[in-house]
Amino acid sequence: MSLTAPLVLGIESSCDETGVGIVRGTELLVNAVASSMEEHVRFGGVIPEIASRAHLDAFVPTLSAALTDAGVSLDEIDAIAVTSGPGLSGALMVGVSAAKALALATGKPLYAINHLVAHVGVGILDGGELPGNLGALLVSGGHTEILQVNSLTSDVRLLGATIDDAAGEAYDKVARLLGLGYPGGPVIDRIAKEGNPKAIRFPRGLTLPKFIGTAEEPGKHRHDFSFSGLKTAVARCVEQYQKRGEEVPVADIAAGFQEAVVDVITSKAVRACQEHGLTNLMLGGGVAANSRLRELLGARCASAGITLRVPPRNLCTDNGAMVAALGAQLVAGGIAPTGLKFSTDSGQPVSLVSLVA
Amino acid sequence: MLLLAIDTSANASAALLRSEGTVVEVLGSFTSTESNDHSEVLAPAIESLLAAAGGVVPEAVAVGVGPGPFTGLRVGLATARTLGFVWGVPVHGVMSLDAIALDAVAKLPAGEFTVAIDARRKELYWARYDKAGALLDGPHVTVAEELPAGPVYGAGAGLYADRLAAVGAKAVDGFESSHPGAVSLGTRALRTLAAGDALLGTEPLYLRESDAKVPAVMKGKLL
Ligand SMILES: [Zn+2]
Repeated sequence: MSLTAPLVLGIESSCDETGVGIVRGTELLVNAVASSMEEHVRFGGVIPEIASRAHLDAFVPTLSAALTDAGVSLDEIDAIAVTSGPGLSGALMVGVSAAKALALATGKPLYAINHLVAHVGVGILDGGELPGNLGALLVSGGHTEILQVNSLTSDVRLLGATIDDAAGEAYDKVARLLGLGYPGGPVIDRIAKEGNPKAIRFPRGLTLPKFIGTAEEPGKHRHDFSFSGLKTAVARCVEQYQKRGEEVPVADIAAGFQEAVVDVITSKAVRACQEHGLTNLMLGGGVAANSRLRELLGARCASAGITLRVPPRNLCTDNGAMVAALGAQLVAGGIAPTGLKFSTDSGQPVSLVSLVA
Repeated sequence: MLLLAIDTSANASAALLRSEGTVVEVLGSFTSTESNDHSEVLAPAIESLLAAAGGVVPEAVAVGVGPGPFTGLRVGLATARTLGFVWGVPVHGVMSLDAIALDAVAKLPAGEFTVAIDARRKELYWARYDKAGALLDGPHVTVAEELPAGPVYGAGAGLYADRLAAVGAKAVDGFESSHPGAVSLGTRALRTLAAGDALLGTEPLYLRESDAKVPAVMKGKLL
C-alpha cells in the first residue's frame, strides 16, 4: 500500500445523501452521490425512515458507478472509510453495514470516521495540504459547528455548536412557514435578494452578555448557536400580518431572517478564530452555498485577517469523497484501522476523528 | 452448494451451509443474544464463520427480507447485497417467517398453521402455511385478533397468547419465543433451489409506510 498516496474508498450515509468517493492521496478520482432529497420535499424536511430506505436501494448502484467511473477495481483499493457518526442512526447503519461487508469481503482495512471532521478533510482535495492555525465553520441542515483543527487526524476540538436546530434546519422550517417549499436554503437565499434585510429585525440567538461573557471570562455559550427562537420569532411575525389581514411581506421576512442567521454565524465564527489564534478558516456543509453567508463571512474574515477557504459546492455538501479524503489522511498518518466491531455513534464527538478498534 | 445465510428480521443471525442435493450440512452459525446490535455484530460473525471454514467464499447468499423492524432488517440486506456484489454471486431473498415455518414442519403439524412474530406497536407480522410448510397467505401486519384460528408458531404467539386464544388461535408449546434464524432460513433456501424453484429478490418487506406526515403548512395552509 502507498502510505503517501493511498487509494481509499469512502462511504457516506449520515443524512439523505448516499455517497461513494474514491481518492488517491489528495487527488479526487470520483465523487458519486445519490440523493433522496426529492422524496423529502413534500414533508418539508428529511424523514429519517425515508432516507434510510433510500440508502439501502442506492448503495450498491452508487458503489458500482463509482468504481466504473474511477476505473478502479476493488482489488486495487488500499483502505475503506465510512461515516460512523454523527448523523441519523438508521441512515448511518446502512452505510456502516455495507462498508463492513465490503471490508470483510475484500479483506481491506476499514476506518470508521467522523462526519464533521470529514467536512474539513475534504479541503485537501481542493488546494492540497491544509494550513496551520486552522478553524472550520460547518453549516448544514444537520449541523452547525465551529471547530479548531490542530491536527486533522488526531486533534480536533469543538469550539461551538448549535444547542437546538441546525442552521439549515431553521432555513427549512422558515421556508415552510413562508410556503416556499423544500429545501429552504436556496429559495430563501433567492427571495431574500428581493427584500430589505433591515425592514424587520429578528433576534440573534445566544448573543446576550450572559451567554457570551468576555474573552477573559467566556460565558457558557460564547461560541454556540441557537436558531429555535429565531424560527419562533418568524412564525409570530407571519401570524401578526395574517391576524391584521395584511399581506405577508415574504421577501422582507426572508431577508431579515437570513441576515439574522448569517450575522450571528459569521460574527461568532470570526470571534472564535480570533480568540483561539486561528488565522485560516475552512467553510463546509450544504449551507456554504448560501450567497449572503459567503459574502458576509468573506468580508468579516478579510477585515480580521483570516484567510477563508471554501471548497467547491459538490464537496461542501455531504459526499463520499470527503470520507475518503479523511481516510487517506488517516492511512498516511499511520493511524490504525477500526476493524469490523464498532457500532454507529449518532453523536460521535469531533475528538473521535476515527473510532479505535 | 456453499451458501451464506443471513437474517436480521429479529436478532442478527448468520449461518454457513453446504448442500449436496437435498442434504444440507450446517458448517457454522451465529445468533446474537441482543436484539439491537445488528450492525455491530453481524459482519464480525460472518468473518469468523468464513475463517473457521478455511477462508471460503460462498457461492450464493440468502437473506431474510422480513417482515421485521426496519433498521435491523436493513443491516442484513445491506450486508447481503454488498457481499453478493463483491463476490459476484447471486443474492436470494427469503421471507423471514419461512424460517420458523421450516422449524414448525419438523414438529409434524396436523394441518395448516400460522407463524407470527412481534411487529411492535401492539401488532404481529404473520403468515399462513400448509402442513408441508408452503406459504398460503401473507405476510401481514395486524393485531392478534385478526389471525386465523389454529396453531400459531413463533414469538408473536408467546407475546399475545391470551388474545390469540380468544379468537381460537393457540400458541404452540416450545415455540413461544422462536425467532427467524439463519440456519433454517438457509436450509429452506437450499431446498427450494434444489427443487428448482425460485426464491425472492432482495426487496425488503416493510409492510408499513414510513409514517411520515405531510405538515399542514405544506398542504398550502400558511400556519
Ligand atoms: Zn454534513
